Amino acid sequence: MAVDTTEAAAASEAARQAMGGIGVSLARKEDARFIHGQGHYVDDVVLPGMLHMVIVRSPHAHARIKGIHSSAAMAIPGVVAVVTGELLAQHKLAWMPTLSGDTQAVLATDKVRFQGQEVACVIAETKYIAEDAAQLVTVDYEPLQAITTPQQAIAPGAIVIRDEKEGQTDNKIYHWEAGDKDATDAAFARAAKVVSLETFYPRCHPSPLETCGCVADLDPVTGNATIYMTSQAPHAHRTLFAIVAGLPEEKIRIISPDLGGGFGNKVPIYPGYVVATAASLLIGRPVKWIEDRTDNLISTGFARDYYMDGSVAIDENGKFIGLRVNLLSDNGAFFADAQPSKFKAGLFHIVTGSYDIPAAHIVANGAYTNKAPGGVAYRCSFRVTEASYFIERLVESAAVELGQDPVTTRLNNFIQPEAFPYKSASGFEYDSGNYPGAMKVALDMLGYDELRKEQAEKRAKGELMGIGVASFTEVVGAGKGKDYDIAGLRMFDSAELRVHPTGKAILKLGVKSQGQGHETTFAQIVAEELGIPASDVEVREGDTDNTPFGLGTYASRSTPVGGAATAVVARKLRDKGKIIAAHLFEADVADIEFAKGKYNVKGSPDNVKTIQDIAFAAYTNIPDGIEPGLEGVTYYDPPNMTFPFGTYLVVVDIDKGTGQVKVRRMVAVDDCGVRINPMIVEGQIHGGLTEGFGIAFMELITFDDEGNCIGSNFMDYLIPTAWETPRFELGETVTPSPHHPIGAKGVGESATVGSPAAYVNAVIDALSHLGITNIDMPITSDKVWAALRSKGVTE
Amino acid sequence: MFPAAFDYIAPGALDEVLSLLSQHGDDAKVLAGGQSLIPLLKLRFAAPVIVVDIGRVDGLEGVRRENGHVRIGARTRHRDVESASDLRGTLDVLLDAAPLISDPLIRNMGTVGGSVCHADPAGDWGAVMLAVGAEFVVKSAGGERVLPAAGFFEGPFTTGLHSDEVMTEIRIPVGAGRSGGTYLKLERKVGDFASVAAAVHVVLGGDGRIATAGIGLCAVGAHSIKATAAEAVLAGQEPTDAVIAEAARLAGEAAEPKADIRGSAEYKRDVARVFVQRGLHTAINRAQGAAA
Amino acid sequence: MKVTFEINGAEKSVDVEPRTLVVDLIRTKLGMTGTHIGCDTSNCGACTVLLDGRPVKSCTLLAPMLEGKKVTTVEGLAAGGKLDAIQVGFHAEHGLQCGFCTPGMMLVGKALIEANPHPTEDEIRWGISGNICRCTGYMNIVKAIQHAAAANAAENTAGVA
Repeated sequence: MAVDTTEAAAASEAARQAMGGIGVSLARKEDARFIHGQGHYVDDVVLPGMLHMVIVRSPHAHARIKGIHSSAAMAIPGVVAVVTGELLAQHKLAWMPTLSGDTQAVLATDKVRFQGQEVACVIAETKYIAEDAAQLVTVDYEPLQAITTPQQAIAPGAIVIRDEKEGQTDNKIYHWEAGDKDATDAAFARAAKVVSLETFYPRCHPSPLETCGCVADLDPVTGNATIYMTSQAPHAHRTLFAIVAGLPEEKIRIISPDLGGGFGNKVPIYPGYVVATAASLLIGRPVKWIEDRTDNLISTGFARDYYMDGSVAIDENGKFIGLRVNLLSDNGAFFADAQPSKFKAGLFHIVTGSYDIPAAHIVANGAYTNKAPGGVAYRCSFRVTEASYFIERLVESAAVELGQDPVTTRLNNFIQPEAFPYKSASGFEYDSGNYPGAMKVALDMLGYDELRKEQAEKRAKGELMGIGVASFTEVVGAGKGKDYDIAGLRMFDSAELRVHPTGKAILKLGVKSQGQGHETTFAQIVAEELGIPASDVEVREGDTDNTPFGLGTYASRSTPVGGAATAVVARKLRDKGKIIAAHLFEADVADIEFAKGKYNVKGSPDNVKTIQDIAFAAYTNIPDGIEPGLEGVTYYDPPNMTFPFGTYLVVVDIDKGTGQVKVRRMVAVDDCGVRINPMIVEGQIHGGLTEGFGIAFMELITFDDEGNCIGSNFMDYLIPTAWETPRFELGETVTPSPHHPIGAKGVGESATVGSPAAYVNAVIDALSHLGITNIDMPITSDKVWAALRSKGVTE
Repeated sequence: MFPAAFDYIAPGALDEVLSLLSQHGDDAKVLAGGQSLIPLLKLRFAAPVIVVDIGRVDGLEGVRRENGHVRIGARTRHRDVESASDLRGTLDVLLDAAPLISDPLIRNMGTVGGSVCHADPAGDWGAVMLAVGAEFVVKSAGGERVLPAAGFFEGPFTTGLHSDEVMTEIRIPVGAGRSGGTYLKLERKVGDFASVAAAVHVVLGGDGRIATAGIGLCAVGAHSIKATAAEAVLAGQEPTDAVIAEAARLAGEAAEPKADIRGSAEYKRDVARVFVQRGLHTAINRAQGAAA
Repeated sequence: MKVTFEINGAEKSVDVEPRTLVVDLIRTKLGMTGTHIGCDTSNCGACTVLLDGRPVKSCTLLAPMLEGKKVTTVEGLAAGGKLDAIQVGFHAEHGLQCGFCTPGMMLVGKALIEANPHPTEDEIRWGISGNICRCTGYMNIVKAIQHAAAANAAENTAGVA
């Protein structure tokens, strides 16, 4: 019997693997083309007669344009056109709207406002010729004073950067508040202790390995506009193109092919796309524009650049009773943040984090500077990263001041598992969570207590070792649409599912993978819901002609929204299948049962019709009065966000002589609800932990006083290699989302959101006994050295 | 990103290279592995009229011992120094430095002579060559010169090499006596240039005293720096902690760093001191363990 | 000028400007788009090819430097419809996400285990440190290379047996 049971279990497991439903670490369906070198990225698109475009950029951060001279460039054989802002202005395209309701110069006409701003475009027969000619476009500039920090920008008397904007008399962009000021003031008034932190989350950049670019192909005869572009949101981009360029939307086809990563960088519309499209229209030939790395780093969507200060009010029992945060954001020359339109600082007001803080007040102000615009969320759901960093750093400070282990401070203040759904002081309703549960798993994995002992021994010998803790909560999966929209487009998403007569399915989505494995994950949802093996489900995305309208992939919204849409549409087809099954069985629909791809009449579990039988019947033997086919579409507007969470622990050792920090261990326990493909989930976490590591220790875009960008190529914008990157130890807990059809929460960004604070807290934990309370990221060896020497520590 | 147009020639013989260089002077650039030159061409920081590729000239590669010298062909790839494991015990500093140059792929193409001639102040080989007292064999149509490493590096990307000359060989004297060395490099990640680096090479006499010490500093001045005062204070001394600390202090003083994104001048000077101190300990330990 | 070389086993003779970068030659002239451009400054390794068996960055090579050499690109990995062990490893261990660094990573991994059939994790991490991956955090790339090394070892053992 035992053998039989084992065999039965093995058979059942084999069936589960073959089906590839939820919970199976199915090897990815999309891998084949990539491992053969047959991935198809934008730069691989070659069209007959295609021209190449190169952008001439401003060397100055702030200057008035006196003249642009293109005759020398035009004289080079093979140069077809030099496009300037003046030419675009004739077509009302010199300026375009941004995602945050501001305007942005497509090509500068009056002034340049950041180094690297687009001034002219050269279009030529080859890219070599275009680059040669771009060198010969000369621009007369009258340099102006550059403003490189938001503090300078809002100081009285500062030169006005956006002097072309009617009514703009200073460099302020927005003022925004959340929470309850009076309640927060009252909490601080009765606090036993107030702990404060001032910190800066510096500018960094998503810099996917593939830069941005497009091939615009406007057919002068048909008027069809086909634009291959690096787009995380092709449908939204089609609509915006229709609005910006005045093109008829039904003629526009955006094709976002394989994307070599995105991380938020491929959400906005950049001037290069617009000029290439306009040029193709004017010239009548396809135009390709592909950024080089410097183009990408100096002009496209950066992230962060948030100055944050705030305090937590603590009562006599060590309980947090109030939180105040002020932030000043540096938005660059144009307010082009990619974020829901009602929220000027994104979802920063999630800053109460994992803690039950009854009163909170957040004040946010934004400023223009002579720096690149953008403010995209680099692997982050609209500024959750900055918020999570701030609260987790502040809690670390609170623990130090309370003389507590940082784990204790967190356990004392966590929102408790029974408190969900939890209404936060800044207005979110957290769907589910078990913060102490994730913390416990992480502590056990790390062997926390032993390491604390080791740290004490080392400290006695003068050696520096630290343990960092961060217990983040994210908010992902926007909308619902009533509250969250981008440029007016509500943040729902869509799935269209067709089961063909032979029982094989095609699923089309409004979201767009950039490497997250959608072709596998979403097929697995269909497998789970319909019982069609994942290997029989083809997933299509990225072509606006052939997929339903959706808002795209960013802010960890594909699984929470697109995944939900997939489950719902599959259930619709399952229900239609019941009608067909009833017809085949000559039974009543109410008596039809469905499980794992098989229909049967109640009480007759052995007489089944498979989903494949039903699919065939849907096209060959449909009951009267029922539409043929087995196909459906769902537009899913989520009832709420999802709130993934986790605990990250980091152990570091510090070299006193050089200030170098070595990450010895990194334990990450994530709870993203139900995991559809655990292998892919872990891959997402690995990637996010690495980007978080990069941000914490090396990734930086900064500027000198003249506004020259430092960090304009991969020699200076440092991305960790396999050698520096820690070896991650992953753990999990599973707390399903109660409102998501399959209980999943989205995981693409958790690790980038949660990990920077864990790394930094580890460094501070190693140094806090010396009186060192903060070092801003990136934590470079020279900063650590300076902090140590300031306390008299030397080798 | 593409270079501006240029003419290209890859002669099969050194004489032809030298004749082209004398003909074109500053208009010509010598291409060896290309790992420094090609990025400069792509960034259009360099726009030579003609590129003379020495990749097809025989006899410019290899590491061998001859007449009391280790002789390294100028076109020897970094990777081939990295794998010249028989240098261990004789020229540890070369073996320690080679794997820290840029990244594994660059080391497969980049050449020792190319890097020395490029003379990036943050290039690793310069400091190493100063520490080991290397000599550079350079040839022109007019003949051959042998230039000592000391004095070769004149400024950023500037050396004693004339525009009609090409480096053919690096000679490093390896005498009697137990020797040890090492290379310590502070880099922000793999593939980065040095923020600070120190090359140390020590030869012990039969009496256990330091016979000679060579110390080269990288990325802390306009060119690679030979820390002569630190070397002098070590010569003839017992290798005590005190004398090592004093030498390290003097090496730190020899540094002329500038503040930049990598850190303050004080920081770099102090890391130079720390590295020389650590490097001397390692080098001396190794020498003491080495067979004479 | 004319340059003659071998790529993935086939001899090619092409007419190019001397300034042509090898990566561009491969992508544009030869139409093999599996070799990518990621950074332009020889930092990322997306353009990695094997030159006479050693991995190099093809964005930092001039086309004339290929004269008489042998080049292998990702398109040359699978022989006669059979995947190379390194390709199998990357698929089995989820060693890729967006796929952009993957051709370069696989070529480096292949060269690495050919030179060192039983690499340690440190040796693998050091060996791939000239190639940037923005997606995977390298964990599964390391496993993919280990997977391929183990498969090669098993095959060799089978051959002996």
